[in-house]
Amino acid sequence: MTAAHLARALAGIVGRELLRFWKQRGRFFAALVRPLVWLFIFAAGFRSILGVSIQPPYQTYILYEVYITPGLVGMILLFSMMQNSLSMVYDREMGSMRFLLVSPLPRSFLLLAKLLGGVLVACLQAYIFLAIAWAWEVRPPALGYLAALPATILAGLMLGSLGLLLSSLIRQLENFAGVMNFVIFPMFFASSALYPLWRVKEASYLLWQIAMANPFTHAVELIRFALYLKLEPTALLVTLVWTAVFLAAALYGYNPERGFLAATGKGE
Amino acid sequence: MKPVLQVEGVSFAYSRRVRALDRVSFAVPAARFTALLGPNGAGKTTLMALVTHLFRPSEGTIRVAGLDLARHSCAALARMGVVFQRPTLDRDLSVRQNLRYAAALRGFDRREAEARINRTTERLGVQALLERPVRTLSGGQARRVELARALLHEPELLVLDEPTVGLDIDSRRAIVDHVHELCRSDGVAVLWTTHLIDEIREDDRVVVLHRGRVRAQGSPAELMQATGTPDLTAAFGRLTSD
Repeated sequence: MTAAHLARALAGIVGRELLRFWKQRGRFFAALVRPLVWLFIFAAGFRSILGVSIQPPYQTYILYEVYITPGLVGMILLFSMMQNSLSMVYDREMGSMRFLLVSPLPRSFLLLAKLLGGVLVACLQAYIFLAIAWAWEVRPPALGYLAALPATILAGLMLGSLGLLLSSLIRQLENFAGVMNFVIFPMFFASSALYPLWRVKEASYLLWQIAMANPFTHAVELIRFALYLKLEPTALLVTLVWTAVFLAAALYGYNPERGFLAATGKGE
Repeated sequence: MKPVLQVEGVSFAYSRRVRALDRVSFAVPAARFTALLGPNGAGKTTLMALVTHLFRPSEGTIRVAGLDLARHSCAALARMGVVFQRPTLDRDLSVRQNLRYAAALRGFDRREAEARINRTTERLGVQALLERPVRTLSGGQARRVELARALLHEPELLVLDEPTVGLDIDSRRAIVDHVHELCRSDGVAVLWTTHLIDEIREDDRVVVLHRGRVRAQGSPAELMQATGTPDLTAAFGRLTSD
């Protein structure tokens, strides 16, 4: 195994994800509808109800749609990466995951490459959404789009690692509905994606504590600050730590000797 | 001559109560078609998962071309081509895109990949299908494409897990013929799992697996002689009667 072999395999795996994305572009447009509904309808409706005071990273009063845009980027990443983990369960049931895992490359490399492919697709979706939001007068500084890229990639990696872990734990495709109910929705709604944390704290101290413990909150804040050319060190640290934890657990889950799949025969 | 695949004392359990394989040992020599014959539930697919490093055995060792699969998994897998029981082609992509993906995973550059794709698909008679989306292929065509994909890197060992399941008689025969021919012409060692006795020929090696244990191994004639039966079907029936 050489560096050239690794590079070609990485290009092959990422290229396949992009190709699949292109072949399934109908699904991509359908996935864009969800955040756009929130931006165009929900945010417009709540604009007058939910005032947003001057809070970092913002330097002035902002409209509600400006506030929720980073949260909706997080939403795209969350749903896209969970969709990615769903496709991993599907691939495992259908067999194409098995074909990938018998390649003559370290399993951790194969899983990371697959994860990276999913993250790139999710980032592409996020930036298309940001372009639409720009046309809707949500306009962070131009350099903010560049600064938000590493934050978006890191947030995608964290959520993708969580998805990878879930895919190693889920026995059958049918069980994925539970992930929607017990992971995606609580993560999204108990976060700072839709409401500022100070407002959450005023309404319910317990919910605020839950939101603060929620890794998704920190991923959204990381993107929010980066979009306005600021770094939120706590959000960065928490996102990095959770990425490492989820990734380590996912790699354990896919380990042929010790993993959850071997323990239950799900890889069969 | 050293066997290309050597399985020694391999055991595997899904849990303390479910022991799928118990001290399984056999070898697959070069240029020979070795059939792993067993009824449903014998442990064939579990053994395939171990041989392809999807799982690791709880006991025993598996060697591919002399390489310990547990310690040198990448080098061992590089010498192996695999066709799984269920189709593993990406149905959304074309045949060529699937083969390019497989070539990338084996580390071939674009030019080398295209040369190998053309060579292998021509040999297996699927070159005309290269631009077709996989979802439009028949079961037999898809199987031949999977076989071409497994042969792209010219492996020393070809592992096929019940590759004829779900195929019509003509497609089954074509696949069985192709793989036997590969053994003879290219010297590839083949491990072929099946529960269908008519896929086995008189010069093949047979390993009979039942309830996770090897019950007998040898040529069909040796199995018939050992069991005192007139044909392989009767020998298999006797060996798996309990």
